Amino acid sequence: MEYYLQLVISGLVVGSIYSLVALGFVIIYKATKVVNFAQGELVMVGAFACFSLTVQFGLPFWVSFPMTLAFSTLLGMAIERLTLRPLIGEPTISVIMVTIGLSSVLKSLVQLCWGTQIRVFPQVLPADPVVVAGLPVSPVYVAAFLLSILLFAAFSLFFKYSRLGIAMRATAFDQAASASMGISIKSIFAMSWCVAAMVSAVGGVILGNINGINSQLGHLGLKVFPAVILGGLDSLAGAALGGLLIGVLENVCDGVAKDVLGLGGFKDVAAFIVLVMVLMLKPYGLFGTRQIERV
Amino acid sequence: MSAPCGLFFTSYAQESALFPSRFLKASMALFFVALVVLPPWMNSYHVSVLCLINIAVIGAVSLNLLTGSCGQISLGHGAFVGVGAYTAGVLAAKGVPFLLALPASGLLAALAGMLFGLPSLRLKGIYLAISTLAAQLILEYVFLHWESVTGGSNGLAVMPPEIFGYAFDNDLKMFYLTLAAASLCALGAANVLRSRLGRAFVSIRDHYLSAEIVGVSLFGYKLRAFGLSSFLAGVSGALWAHYTMFLSPEQFGIGLSISYLAMIIIGGMGRVAGAVYGAVFITVLPEALNALSASAEAWMPGMTSNLMALKGGVFGLALILFLLFEPEGLAHRWRLIKAYWKLYPFAH
Repeated sequence: MEYYLQLVISGLVVGSIYSLVALGFVIIYKATKVVNFAQGELVMVGAFACFSLTVQFGLPFWVSFPMTLAFSTLLGMAIERLTLRPLIGEPTISVIMVTIGLSSVLKSLVQLCWGTQIRVFPQVLPADPVVVAGLPVSPVYVAAFLLSILLFAAFSLFFKYSRLGIAMRATAFDQAASASMGISIKSIFAMSWCVAAMVSAVGGVILGNINGINSQLGHLGLKVFPAVILGGLDSLAGAALGGLLIGVLENVCDGVAKDVLGLGGFKDVAAFIVLVMVLMLKPYGLFGTRQIERV
Repeated sequence: MSAPCGLFFTSYAQESALFPSRFLKASMALFFVALVVLPPWMNSYHVSVLCLINIAVIGAVSLNLLTGSCGQISLGHGAFVGVGAYTAGVLAAKGVPFLLALPASGLLAALAGMLFGLPSLRLKGIYLAISTLAAQLILEYVFLHWESVTGGSNGLAVMPPEIFGYAFDNDLKMFYLTLAAASLCALGAANVLRSRLGRAFVSIRDHYLSAEIVGVSLFGYKLRAFGLSSFLAGVSGALWAHYTMFLSPEQFGIGLSISYLAMIIIGGMGRVAGAVYGAVFITVLPEALNALSASAEAWMPGMTSNLMALKGGVFGLALILFLLFEPEGLAHRWRLIKAYWKLYPFAH
């Protein structure tokens, strides 16, 4: 029993990172209807930027972290301006493929700059475990979980109350109407990429503090798809819940497969089996807008 | 005057002919003869690249039927190729003759494609892309973990193919075999496109609602598109298995699916010629980079150590640049060039 509880807890931590990445994905999808296959690579680039500033330039963590966020914001803006804006109105497959092309460009840039081996962040938090629900848990895990919740709360408030957040929601709801009300659609599109790159970078930094990072980190982006489909492609709450659910589900399924069936590596595929089932039964997810045309 | 200058169709049969002009017929024949005659004078490295091109052409043509003509995005094509490859490998190990194993691998791949296509058929656009992505990852997992059949991460050795006791055991022989298969597949796909089936595919791509109103059964034709496309993908995989003689799960990863999609985008969606151009481009690109980096090594040491990363980057960059500046692909550019010279001194 304790084994499964442990699985659930580590699933929640990984899931909270999925949630962050899914948040970036959903923000881009909501505002621009672009499906971003490079979301995992944004996580990776953010993580490596922070790693480079802290370790290679020797800056303290509280300086390098905001600098990483600023860098990611610029990166998101550049990506939107250079590759996505010319493709507005093009068919789905072009937009998907341009983000896939982007992901392999980002990956190769990271490999050229930092190589392929695993890099470890310096210890920011104490190593002594904290006791949660009777189980010892590393403080990094707790911090990761709390930071994700904090970010989600911040973004919920941002979308609910700030002018920019309301403008972004309005654009997502009806582009033509919001444009005629004086909202600059172009800057909203750029903004959504900035925000997505930023939250992904936060996810990357957290991951770097837990596991270390390497150039394969982008694979994490694939896990976003089950999470957002489960939660609903255009729902922030769905991203949060979907990420956590997928994190826990894949960890527990992996544990069960190892324990009961003796199958290794089930983690990589469990989320996608769930994904196929969700697509068959409830394709718009838990909180998504029902707008899928069935054949 | 025996014939008018240019193409003036007076019947539907003329318009839907595979090679509408005598010049085109002659130049295609010439090209084919050159393909058959020249390879024995090439070195084996070049012949091996040509083999890879032939195999890639089959895969690209098959994906182009599904994605380019029928509008169904598939991110799982690499895995369907893998199903064909593993089937061929396992059947060859059991002593099934190649001529039987080849269609059998196609059929099993078609089965896998239709099975994973089945839930996908209710979905469109991005949802379809994601569900085929799931198919890709699930099949990859099966390749890796069904060790009693696929050999898992240790891989599976495959013998060169044999037809009536004649073994295709070097690059040159393999080239002729794959050339024959690729030509048949390309011709077959071109013929499918001008048949009732192909027109139904195109109508679904262009406007699914209108297609349904004129009596095209969406479910049936989408399923057929998935089946036909994965059948050809399986054939391509079977040839790949026999050519590389070694199968391991990572060959059929998401990267392969993406490179097939890149082929049809760079070549031109919905056209058989486009798939061929794209297959040539994407297969030659890494080889060209190899050659370039080898010659650049002299003045830029350390170039070859970064080659892997460089290949991915150049691939991604080519994909992005094509999507931004040449979204209709090489086939379209080639048509524009031809049109330019047809009217040469006059702009219109």
